Amino acid sequence: MSKSSAVPSGVTAATLAKDLRLEWRSKDALNSMLFFSLLVVVVFSFSFDPNAEESRQIAGGLVWVAFLFAAVVALNQTWARELRNHVLDAYRVSPAPANSLFMAKALGNFVFVVVLEVLMTPLFIMFYKLRALGPAWQLIPVAALGTWALVVNGTFFAAISLRTRSREIMLPLLLFPVSIPALLAMVNATTAILTGELSAKFWIVLLTTYDVVFTIACLLLFELVLNAE
Amino acid sequence: MDAPPIITLTAVFKQFGRFAALRGVNAEFAAGGLFAILGDNGAGKTTLLRVLASLAQPTRGSVSILGTAELRSVRHELGYMAHPSLLYDEMSGAENLRYFGRLYGIRNSTDAGMTAVGLDPTLTRPVAQYSQGMRQRLSLARALLNDPKVLLLDEPFSNVDARSAREMVALLAQMRSAGKTIFVVTHQASLLEGTADEFVWMEAGQITNRNRELRAVETR
Amino acid sequence: MKRVFPILGLLTAVLLSYALYEALVAAPTEQTMGNVQRIFYYHVPSAWTAFLLFFINFICSIQYLVRPNPVADKLTNWTVLAIAIAACIAAFVIRPLPEGMEPSSVATTGLAIAGLYFLIKKCFSQTRTDALAVVTAEVGVVFCTVVLVTGPLWARPVWGIWWTWDVRLTSTLVLWLIYISYLMLRRFSTSGQTPVLAAALAVFGALDVPLVYFSIWIFRTQHPQPVIGGGGSIDPRMLHVLLINWLAFLFFAGLVCWSRYRLEILQREVEETQALEAMLEPRSRR
Repeated sequence: MSKSSAVPSGVTAATLAKDLRLEWRSKDALNSMLFFSLLVVVVFSFSFDPNAEESRQIAGGLVWVAFLFAAVVALNQTWARELRNHVLDAYRVSPAPANSLFMAKALGNFVFVVVLEVLMTPLFIMFYKLRALGPAWQLIPVAALGTWALVVNGTFFAAISLRTRSREIMLPLLLFPVSIPALLAMVNATTAILTGELSAKFWIVLLTTYDVVFTIACLLLFELVLNAE
Repeated sequence: MDAPPIITLTAVFKQFGRFAALRGVNAEFAAGGLFAILGDNGAGKTTLLRVLASLAQPTRGSVSILGTAELRSVRHELGYMAHPSLLYDEMSGAENLRYFGRLYGIRNSTDAGMTAVGLDPTLTRPVAQYSQGMRQRLSLARALLNDPKVLLLDEPFSNVDARSAREMVALLAQMRSAGKTIFVVTHQASLLEGTADEFVWMEAGQITNRNRELRAVETR
Repeated sequence: MKRVFPILGLLTAVLLSYALYEALVAAPTEQTMGNVQRIFYYHVPSAWTAFLLFFINFICSIQYLVRPNPVADKLTNWTVLAIAIAACIAAFVIRPLPEGMEPSSVATTGLAIAGLYFLIKKCFSQTRTDALAVVTAEVGVVFCTVVLVTGPLWARPVWGIWWTWDVRLTSTLVLWLIYISYLMLRRFSTSGQTPVLAAALAVFGALDVPLVYFSIWIFRTQHPQPVIGGGGSIDPRMLHVLLINWLAFLFFAGLVCWSRYRLEILQREVEETQALEAMLEPRSRR
């Protein structure tokens, strides 16, 4: 067996692969999240039933609020498997860097939420008869950056919530205020692209700044949070 | 055992709010010994092990392992086994070891680790379906993955059948002969009689007695 | 300490009464809004006080996180100094400055930030820094609530709306939400290292607020909204009353913070003594 005092590499990839594999195997969480996302879309469609013109104005907001709910359900699961048998202790005792664990979890969450979004989007398009009047390709960077904004902070706050009572409610409680600028940017960018009235450029730049700032903050502070007894 | 001390605890206090789990532990442990840590519930045995594993920071005092007080730099030389299994219930034994091996930078096959503790590496059953004895063995295998110089085992024999327990003790004796330093917290001290180099009695957060003979240390 | 407190209390009471008189009676009546405008003398000083308290909380949080690590500590010291120097240089070099900023105020702010940082560093130990963080968060939330309540109370009779998503009001709302979540984290945490978690949250909050401000500012340029409170110049007599009220509020905030701080320190001392007792006295065998 090889052993050295050097920091092990490939931990992020190994952890991400393990998480994806386990998720695929059990499909429990995945199935319930998928169904939940479908329900959210249907409920929204009943609650907000405008004609095609108005829908383009509010769809940006609706879609992202729906994604936010789905994301919170996914994020609350982030550390569920690790909690069961105190696996985090095994991680902390090993020389593997805390940030590798964080990145693996954040990327895993990113994948899950993107899967949910990919499922919910066609339903929204259908129910609201949506069509992008602006440059539709811009929706991809908006979705990617917006999802990462929610997921990176969500994974971090999920780790903080591990050390609190009422864990499931603490996560959205901590996440929502801090996510407000990102939400504003996502919603406005999406609305701008759907209505074609304004440029989404500023919002995309804002989202990128938000993502960079908070990814760095998470990476700097995660080790402290992981090791808080 | 006049080898230089491999672990030194100096005036270690550990507090959880108002509860003092460790109240001034001063001790040296020589390399290559098998130490049994005994004591009643709440004596501080688990906390002591967690402090050594750098899972808990002492409120006061210092710990030195392998010559350094920076415990994080010697993590690759430590193996830790706790009362919870520290394993993923959803994966098989081999998958668990393979993953945890990656945390130590081990990319080779981990099958030898499983056979060493008496488990079949080809088992595809998830760990959730293991018996307690199998789970404890796998947990031990995980602690041994990185061939650590120091092994910290918290109640490895709990809920394990007598034969498995004896096999584990034999394995620990083997490891000790190979030069490892082993700490075993246990309520079943008799299992280690004749194997352990020293019995350490803890009471109310302090080490109150140490002796090669179990009888001298047990107070009942 | 025991003698200063009642004197300070008396002084605060006098200042507050004087400020109230100035605000309600002596200040000139605003020409378009009438007497309703006088709530402005409550609204703005509360906001400034809340921001100051939250800023102190931010400094305390950073120090709590950074102090145990000597490398990070030094790095932060130099960063703070750099900010102060940069502010001084920028104040006199950048022309023209953004609207509403004057060279002297930019430079003073930069120096004040650095001064506050090193003052707190010098006078407060690690645990006391955390106590100060708790205190400023709590009192800050109170003042922030005042801002959020007086804002709509003012807006409704004057502009006919309860709320608008303008830059200042929205940023204040987000700041309030962040610090409510901060207090909830403190209350719900079961960790032995709650201060670390809370400090991390405060840092996230501090990073967030400029982003909120900027995002609402962009939003407003795309979708012009009514602005509460107006901008631009202010009658010097009104400015005078405003500053008197701010001074009175600062004294009041200082008084409340001080008593809360003493309570917090006493509570921690009691806990430490109990812990010490538990450590030193032998426990009975079960």
